[in-house]
Amino acid sequence: MLEHYLSLAVKAIFVENILLAYFLGMCSFLAISKKVETSIGLGLAVVFVLSITAPVNWLLHTYLLKEGALSWAGLPDLDLSYLNFIVFIATIAAMVQLVEMIMDRFAPALYLSLGIFLPLIAVNCAILGGSLFLVERNYNLAESVVFGFGSGIGFFLAITTMAAIRHRLRYSNVPPALRGLGITMLLTGLLSMTFMAFSGIDL
Amino acid sequence: MKILRKLSEKVEPSFKDGPLKLFYPIYEMMDTLLFNTDKENDTAPFIRDSIDLKRVMTIVIFALLPAFFLGLFNIGYQQALAFGLERGLLANLWFGLKVMLPIVIVSYATGAVWEVLFAIVRKHEVDEGFLVTGLLIPMIVPPTIPLWQVVVATSFGMIIAKMVFGGTGMNIFNPALTTRAFLFFAYPGKISGDSVWSLAPDGFTGATPLAVTASVTGGNATALLDGVTQFDYSWSNMFIGLIPGSISETSALAIFIGAILLIITKIGSWRIMVGGVLGLLGTALLTNLLSGASTNTMLTLPPHYHLVMGGFMFGITFMATDPVTAAHTNTGRWIYGIMIGVITVVVRSLNPAYPEGTMLAILLMNAFAPLIDYFVVQANIKKRVARYAQ
Repeated sequence: MLEHYLSLAVKAIFVENILLAYFLGMCSFLAISKKVETSIGLGLAVVFVLSITAPVNWLLHTYLLKEGALSWAGLPDLDLSYLNFIVFIATIAAMVQLVEMIMDRFAPALYLSLGIFLPLIAVNCAILGGSLFLVERNYNLAESVVFGFGSGIGFFLAITTMAAIRHRLRYSNVPPALRGLGITMLLTGLLSMTFMAFSGIDL
Repeated sequence: MKILRKLSEKVEPSFKDGPLKLFYPIYEMMDTLLFNTDKENDTAPFIRDSIDLKRVMTIVIFALLPAFFLGLFNIGYQQALAFGLERGLLANLWFGLKVMLPIVIVSYATGAVWEVLFAIVRKHEVDEGFLVTGLLIPMIVPPTIPLWQVVVATSFGMIIAKMVFGGTGMNIFNPALTTRAFLFFAYPGKISGDSVWSLAPDGFTGATPLAVTASVTGGNATALLDGVTQFDYSWSNMFIGLIPGSISETSALAIFIGAILLIITKIGSWRIMVGGVLGLLGTALLTNLLSGASTNTMLTLPPHYHLVMGGFMFGITFMATDPVTAAHTNTGRWIYGIMIGVITVVVRSLNPAYPEGTMLAILLMNAFAPLIDYFVVQANIKKRVARYAQ
């Protein structure tokens, strides 16, 4: 049983890295990966939000929204799954609000350096993607906890790696036209090519 | 030499600010390739060491030569084996040279075109970095590689992995390995499988030792290898390297000689090499212990077999130690090396998609090297702050 969860975590972190295999959450990945400290902050925020929202959204989906989920309330024919998106986004937005308040209180410097990208986690496709994947793949509650946490760690790993690479890029002589986003896009491609090492691993 | 010197001095003005100004990088390249610089610094630092980038590259080339020549011989040897011919040492070398030379020429020519083009457009001097990359690329491809693929892949490796970062010394990923990775993912039919490793009649198949062990489930790796009658897959023969594989990766012996030269001259980091070998052996030992729980044959492969099979020795000696793309701190180099060894075994044993993992392991650690360095430096800063805090 433990093996199964371990394999799921490895899969979420490396094999199906939410950023480098699915290219979800690119906007904050490209914008915040300039400094390692900031990227660690954003990475941790994403880990936190993902590992909370994934199980919460799973509960909402299973007991409220799924077809026949409301049978406990005597409404077995009701299918509210068309509300999936809006409910998931609402949960995510609420969680991001929480993170924001916590960060503002305990890490004001990080809060300022993340700027607009912290509230924008609410519309980060990586996080909504995480919730939608677990619906699509029929995970159970424990699996969705592991999957949410693993995807968060995968995002964390990708963004800090990219930030460190961009830190080293300061000594490079990138052609002016490619500086900034251009070279970051190229690097993202190369980075996801190196992550191909894990594609196909099935524990 | 004097004639050349005079010629160089004669044409210098026309390149410097004459009609050929656009092509100054080409002149500069030829001039510094042939002669030592007489430039002096006007301001500090004045330290001069005879070992500059060109010497470093030349020493790496020397270190590559044993593996290069054994690769040549092996091309001929494998071809003779496939056709059932009897051929001497020199004839085998000559045959190998005829196969290898076009690949080397194409790789150098493609690289030189991009190098010079970027130097002219971006108005900087031509780097020597391609001296080594251009030789590494032919050494890590199968002898049957189509030349046009070498051109396409070398262009990709040069532009995307190197020139867009500003050239030698500024890249993140090893250009030669990026070239190979491009070939591997874009044209897998010509760089993986059982029939590309020797110049043999159509329909000939010769599985590499890693492919032999990866193809069977529930077997014992050494027994499987001993059971191969087509090739001699004993440990000693794989150590010498007369087995099918990419041109120069097969011989652990020849690569070992090169590794010693790199370590003595301090050009390759011994920390990375030792770390890599330790990581590989340790992880292989671990997979051996766990092999009882699974039917995966690769898990039963003993550690010393892992060392001589596939491209690990070549990768850890010549690719992983690339000073630019490796970790820059000493602690970082240990971590970097060990992780390459670990990931190599993990990909080889656990990833059914690829029989060999060295290339992707090194590229992956190239990506993580800056992060490793960052944390090593931060830890050092913390330590010093704590030390001077009292």
